Amino acid sequence: MQTNGGEALIRSLELEGVEVIFGLPGGAILPVYDPIIDSPIRHILVRHEQGAGHMAEGYAHATGRPGVAMVTSGPAATNIVTPLCDAYMDSVPMVVITGQVPTAALGTDAFQECDTTGITQPVTKHNFLVTEAADIPRTIREAFHIATTGRPGPVLVDIPKDIVDPRNPRSALEWYWPESVDLPGYQPLGAGDPEAIRRAAELILEARQPVIYAGGGILKARAAEVLRELAELTDIPVVTTLMARGAFPDSHPLALGMPGMHGNYTAVTSMQESDLLIALGSRFDDRVTGKVPSFAPNAKIIHVDIDRAELGKVRRPDVGIAGDCRLVIEEMVRAIGELGGADAQPDRSAWRSTISGWQERYPLSYLPSEPGELLKPQFVLEQLRDLTPSDTIVASGVGQHQMWTSQYWQFDHPYTWINSGGLGTMGFSVPAAIGAKVGRPDRMVWAVDGDGCFQMTAQELVTAAAERIPVKVAVLNNAYLGMVRQWQEMFYEERYSEVYLSPDLPDYKMWAEAMGCVGIRVESPEEVAPAIEKANAINDKPVVIEFRTDSREKVFPMVPAGASNDEIMVEPHQEEA
Amino acid sequence: MVATTDGVPANDPTPGVQHHILSVLVENRPGVLTRIAGLFARRGYNIHSLAVAPTEDERFSRITMVVDVLSSPLPQMILQLDKLVNVIEITELAPSEAVERELLMVTVSATPDIRGQVIELVGVFDARILNVGHDALTISLEGHPSKLDDFEQLMRSYGILAVQRTGRVALPKLTHAESEDRRPLRSA
Ligand SMILES: Cc1ncc(C[n+]2csc(CCOP(=O)(O)OP(=O)(O)O)c2C)c(N)n1
Ligand SMILES: [Mg+2]
Repeated sequence: MQTNGGEALIRSLELEGVEVIFGLPGGAILPVYDPIIDSPIRHILVRHEQGAGHMAEGYAHATGRPGVAMVTSGPAATNIVTPLCDAYMDSVPMVVITGQVPTAALGTDAFQECDTTGITQPVTKHNFLVTEAADIPRTIREAFHIATTGRPGPVLVDIPKDIVDPRNPRSALEWYWPESVDLPGYQPLGAGDPEAIRRAAELILEARQPVIYAGGGILKARAAEVLRELAELTDIPVVTTLMARGAFPDSHPLALGMPGMHGNYTAVTSMQESDLLIALGSRFDDRVTGKVPSFAPNAKIIHVDIDRAELGKVRRPDVGIAGDCRLVIEEMVRAIGELGGADAQPDRSAWRSTISGWQERYPLSYLPSEPGELLKPQFVLEQLRDLTPSDTIVASGVGQHQMWTSQYWQFDHPYTWINSGGLGTMGFSVPAAIGAKVGRPDRMVWAVDGDGCFQMTAQELVTAAAERIPVKVAVLNNAYLGMVRQWQEMFYEERYSEVYLSPDLPDYKMWAEAMGCVGIRVESPEEVAPAIEKANAINDKPVVIEFRTDSREKVFPMVPAGASNDEIMVEPHQEEA
Repeated sequence: MVATTDGVPANDPTPGVQHHILSVLVENRPGVLTRIAGLFARRGYNIHSLAVAPTEDERFSRITMVVDVLSSPLPQMILQLDKLVNVIEITELAPSEAVERELLMVTVSATPDIRGQVIELVGVFDARILNVGHDALTISLEGHPSKLDDFEQLMRSYGILAVQRTGRVALPKLTHAESEDRRPLRSA
């Protein structure tokens, strides 16, 4: 069948099972936007290309399927670099299609030409510049294969205009769909080495103070169930990193919550004191380890990761297993069973009681607001958590509000927490929540945002209103770039430099209404629950609740940047008298 | 693909040696060299020298690079390199297991009174005179990099006007058993 590049591109996306594209057209991608009209694929018209990228990420986080964004050349391509980098850092499967100037104009500084593959090379798992129409189906097939297998990540496909424009003879091709991909240099890993798995099982059965250090890889590998099986079989407590919140239920007796710079005392300290860390799909990020030489100094390390380059990158493992987390943990459970199972383990009751001692002594804590004071952000989050269904998807921005959400939410289901962990991208939450809601229309989706973050990407609520995507946004308005303010307060002698934003400029309620959302302002504790309930009941348009929160509140516990995890600072009122 | 034990890269097999040779088989596509150079630059790995050429199979090229393993641990370099989709195979060649060659061209000052000495050295080193000028000679020498180092050193005393070296290329030394093993690698 004779076809053209534009039609072939859309057809290829359909065959990859794409149900939605987040995008915005322009000159170079114009010919591809014509066949979209006749395609069953839904297109969501964003207001800024960064929004398209984060929506694709939010969609991928929530569904496990690759998110797809399509934008034009030049400034549109540069606008989507941030989401690409974000997806690269957090291993999010995503395919971005960018228009490009016609092949004959490549390299001539043509209008809206930019070296998109050059710019995006360091922030994509792989990218392609397609120069022949006949390469389009194969390239799309390869792009999805690379984005979704192994360690997932973003893939960009740059497509010059002439090969998709039906009026140009260079766009002609004979339609085909490749049966398989042929990438000699790309072999994603599967099962791990059985010998190494057996040695890991032996270490687990010998350990007296073990901790499972679960990372985002658990979610990517869809390994939450088998993780639970491993933890329950061995009775080993589990910390879930910022990227792994929801991978193990917070309500489980073995759950220790989040470790790291703003992790809770028990999660941080149990890792420090452990004699065996079972790192599953985690990468010893500096926000988790603190100062590396003093991180968990007495722990042996089992490290499972699908990316071999992660094994030994930061800390040399005693047993490193390269492979898919789900397959490896399944085998680990089997190997432990063969070695005698739980009965073959030493008595760990001392370790358990040490841990529960820490939990009792240092729970997450804040002082409630006095009458007349602004809201405590933690109080708002507790209310929001308690008044929404337990499978609510929550997306957050970056800053104090992000840390409080991760700390105070109770994540009992995988794929309910969506945030920008590796890149720390302010402005992530609104578009990511929209993408998540598109992927999971059956779920309630809340974005928890900071006032600073909200001002970076709020315009996507226009997209949400226009497309009837009823996300809900809680803006924790502390009138500051709060996280930066916190560092200036603690480490720069309270010299506040360029962190004040103002509580009422902009007027968030009016702004929300102007964007076609319901806008609500909440200033006192009694108003919190009714406002949330009102928002929960609205299902035909987006809702924004602005909570006026106390700017003096700081995130605790905290391990200062570059310090050892032993130097963890707890909430001042919890400190020893 | 890279050989590792348990997925954990083995320690540097030849401690004390700073430079290692990586022979990297890549897809012969535009931009592959940029990907490799970009990866090295952004992760702070140093490349000492680099040579690229097509292989006997036109779909592939072979990049021979000498890397500075003091800038970063060799296993990390190899594993990060291996993640590039266009990189097909990486072979680490310890200097003792490789046949190495390099080409040097040098234009050396050689006034008639000392020309005889220079020509004598050309003979000793099995080098070749490519070009003869009034008071200079252009010489080429192919051989093991250390031999080139020695020759360059000697030429220095006469006054080097220009020198250009290609950087080393290398292939694994053959043993009878291995020569069979290596074959499928090329026709992958
Ligand atoms: C795009 C971007 N710019 C700057 C930063 C640095 N930064 C991290 S948190 C933060 C403050 C965020 O302010 P806000 O959204 O109000 O959240 P809060 O900390 O007050 O909860 C800033 C500026 C960043 N992470 N991302
Ligand atoms: Mg703020």
